[in-house]
Amino acid sequence: MALQQTELRPMGKSIGRKEDPRLIRGKGRYIDDIMLPNMLYMCVLRSPYAHARIRRIDASAALAAPGVKLVITGEDLAGMNLAWMPTMAGDTQMVLATGKVLFQYQEVAAVVAETRAQAEDALQLIEVDYEPLPVVVDPFKALEPDAPILREDKEKKSNHIFHWEAGDREQTEALFRDAPVIVKQDVRFPRVHPSPLEPCGCVADYNSATGRLTFYVTSQAPHAHRTVLAMVSGLPEHQIHVISPDVGGGFGNKVPVYPGYVCAIVASLKLGVPVKWIETRTENITSTNFARDYHMTAEIAAREDGRVLALRVKTVADHGAFDAAADPSKFPAGLFSIVTGSYDFRSAFVEVDGVYTNKAPGGVAYRCSFRVTEASYLIERVMDVLARRLQMDPAELRLRNFIRKDQFPYHSPTGWVYDSGDYEKTLNLALQRIGYAELRKEQAEKRARGEFMGIGISTFTEIVGAGPGHTFDIMGIKMFDSAQIRVHPTGKVIARLGVRHQGQGHETTFAQIIAEELGLSADDVLIEEGDTDTAPYGLGTYASRSTPTAGGAAALCGRRIREKARKIAAHLLEVGEDDVIWDGLAFTVKGLPGRSVSMKDVAFAAYTNVPEGMEPGLEATYYYDPPNLTFPNGAYIAVVDIDKGTGAVKVRRFMAVDDCGNVINPMIVEGQVHGGLTEGFAIAFMQDIPYDADGNCLAPNWMDYLVPTSLDTPHWETDRTVTPSPHHPIGAKGVGESPNVGSPAAFVNAVVDALSPLGVEHIDMPIFPWKVWSILREHGIDE
Amino acid sequence: MIIRVKVNGRLYESDVEPRTLLAYYLREELKLTGTHIGCDTTSCGACTVLLDGKAVKSCTVLAVQANGREVLTVESLDQDGQLHPLQSAFWEEHALQCGYCTPGMLMASYALLQENPMPTEAEIREGLSGNICRCTGYVNIVKAVQSAARTMADKTREALGEVAASGTATD
Repeated sequence: MALQQTELRPMGKSIGRKEDPRLIRGKGRYIDDIMLPNMLYMCVLRSPYAHARIRRIDASAALAAPGVKLVITGEDLAGMNLAWMPTMAGDTQMVLATGKVLFQYQEVAAVVAETRAQAEDALQLIEVDYEPLPVVVDPFKALEPDAPILREDKEKKSNHIFHWEAGDREQTEALFRDAPVIVKQDVRFPRVHPSPLEPCGCVADYNSATGRLTFYVTSQAPHAHRTVLAMVSGLPEHQIHVISPDVGGGFGNKVPVYPGYVCAIVASLKLGVPVKWIETRTENITSTNFARDYHMTAEIAAREDGRVLALRVKTVADHGAFDAAADPSKFPAGLFSIVTGSYDFRSAFVEVDGVYTNKAPGGVAYRCSFRVTEASYLIERVMDVLARRLQMDPAELRLRNFIRKDQFPYHSPTGWVYDSGDYEKTLNLALQRIGYAELRKEQAEKRARGEFMGIGISTFTEIVGAGPGHTFDIMGIKMFDSAQIRVHPTGKVIARLGVRHQGQGHETTFAQIIAEELGLSADDVLIEEGDTDTAPYGLGTYASRSTPTAGGAAALCGRRIREKARKIAAHLLEVGEDDVIWDGLAFTVKGLPGRSVSMKDVAFAAYTNVPEGMEPGLEATYYYDPPNLTFPNGAYIAVVDIDKGTGAVKVRRFMAVDDCGNVINPMIVEGQVHGGLTEGFAIAFMQDIPYDADGNCLAPNWMDYLVPTSLDTPHWETDRTVTPSPHHPIGAKGVGESPNVGSPAAFVNAVVDALSPLGVEHIDMPIFPWKVWSILREHGIDE
Repeated sequence: MIIRVKVNGRLYESDVEPRTLLAYYLREELKLTGTHIGCDTTSCGACTVLLDGKAVKSCTVLAVQANGREVLTVESLDQDGQLHPLQSAFWEEHALQCGYCTPGMLMASYALLQENPMPTEAEIREGLSGNICRCTGYVNIVKAVQSAARTMADKTREALGEVAASGTATD
């Protein structure tokens, strides 16, 4: 592979990443690498209780400790009207606790000192007098009439946050009444945490002379953060400069605004010097947004031949102490209504109830579009339950129920319009690549010998690219995205985008898109993101939205440049504009292929020799509001073997076939798939954030909350089908979260398939070895 | 407490608090920010450096323990602007995404190849099992280490061949 690529037409090629040279030299600039003169350090005191009234806070000893410059409590913030802040879900959240604490590790006070160690030392000296209150950790118990009311500030009479529904209740009920086959399954998607390798953090630098706040932050959405900070702090938005430097992974965790950010800003405002706050890993897991925690019940009504008719879903969503979910305003349960998945249901009805409990607030769309992962997992699990009921092969059941390729654009029963797909082709490729028929034969032989081997299929449809401004907004800000391209006189380009990558390779892929549109090499295009002073306004990178939104903006911005370039080219070629054609590499004169000028020629002329009356320069900005979302899909197959002695599950093979539309850089797409599969694997087999009855978080670090290592992680096989998005400027759909969305069901389906001879129909994630071991023991299998 | 440490070939003399961890010493005192910190529990390996040639997690070593010893960080890998074969291989095989784990991965891989110049896939997975990556899924990291091992073996052979050809080889 050529690492420096100078060839033209770079779209679709696996060119080496432009961001790598600095990262492999240790020259990345992550948030904790920012060290400014006179910088102070902030640490946060957190509550040991999950629910307690605060009688008194005494910070005098801390204030007198060596190096300490400031202690901030909720009362101090209340004096500045900053004790509470808005959440992205329209709720309010305490910045520092006032009155009482609502979850363990909640932020209670902040200490600013000359060094990190001094700030940590001083935390120990703050005396807080807590009066413990009854704790509610189970969302079902939280809904019971005698449950303690957690959010007294809301003047609510229960812990119920919202009820949300989608689809047609009556039609669904009618189909269920007459259906010959009905299956029902309770499924829990555990509380998991995105846990990027770099924790969250910030450096707030307020300059009292200019009135300007420079705010360095690990942000997936710097512009949105600037607007929210302006709303919260009262500082005018143009006086806030948000810089998101290299981001060490996000996965949704770096979308919200956290109390530590607000405290660091307050500290810098008060002290007039830069203040840094970097989370510890424990703080990250216990207090920044978690994901999932959905308790779901699904029923499918079907015919005896396996044709599905209707889907009915009830869900209780545990949002913790504050509804800080990162969801578009109109979707309290995110895009969970994609729960009919890849199948042509006649009708569906979906209900979700959100509940407050004494747990960390959230949640975020962890490497998924706003609860698509929960939806996809649920339908894929229940389709397998149906297959087993009908004694039908799960692949056959899926093939029988897929939305057919001639049905696109497909109107789903819950209101989405799927853009394109060929699900049959994708599944068939996966079946063929893994050798499905032979595997089933092998499985039958093994079963006869009492061995437990399983094959699990998951065929999913995602809904990504939030979003069209007509449907999607966050806190009222419509969800478009943007690109600005400047072509310099020598034909070198700087392009800035409103998104902010965290490892997805934008510096390379967006350069490829723009180079393709301008007839240049990707080496000629420098991509910059993450600086709100220079980049155009955008909503950031999450929910696989970068390629569908900013990718579209980049392509269309390039075409806008080409419009002007064509006029200049006509001037240089001394022909009419209509006689100039763009052949992908240069402007040529119609019928005279030899007469042409390149984009580089045009760029020079744009600053030296423009047609009379034309404004010089060659640059453009494009705000792209997509007409619809995009719908990547895939077919994943896992093959597992179960060790009868230990209950350990070995993933022997995993085949992932993805259809993410047209591909910009196949190497990067494959890398994204590998990463997402690993996170999906971890969710299926390793991860949960449990709480005990007192609300103590039982997995507050990476020794208890397991992240997969190279030893745990299986080898991944990948392949691809392509159905371009018909409405996207380059036909791309987005891929980053597909593997995380699609894979958990494949793993669980495989384990359940392996254990099905014992009558097992479902096992909740995470499938720890002891769970499997217990099932084997219950059936007297002892080896 | 005064310590003298050789870091990437350069001798430093510093007055450190005895509780200072080596990772913080490297990052905050010497401004070598390539060494990253990702956890509080020695789980992630983002801070892996070499201490007297052995891979250690520098968040679990006190700076005073490095007194009189030699430390190599990721900043030592490229020489005169030339990438180390491991760095080139990580780039070529797409063995990084966000890049936060990469310095630790590179240093752990470097130590692994010093001990075992031609490891199998299983040995690489074992060797890197103390280093967590949240982005890549490890497949490409394994490929990168294998590829670097081949390049380094070729270079060694080339060097030996040249020595032999020049007739100055000794036993």
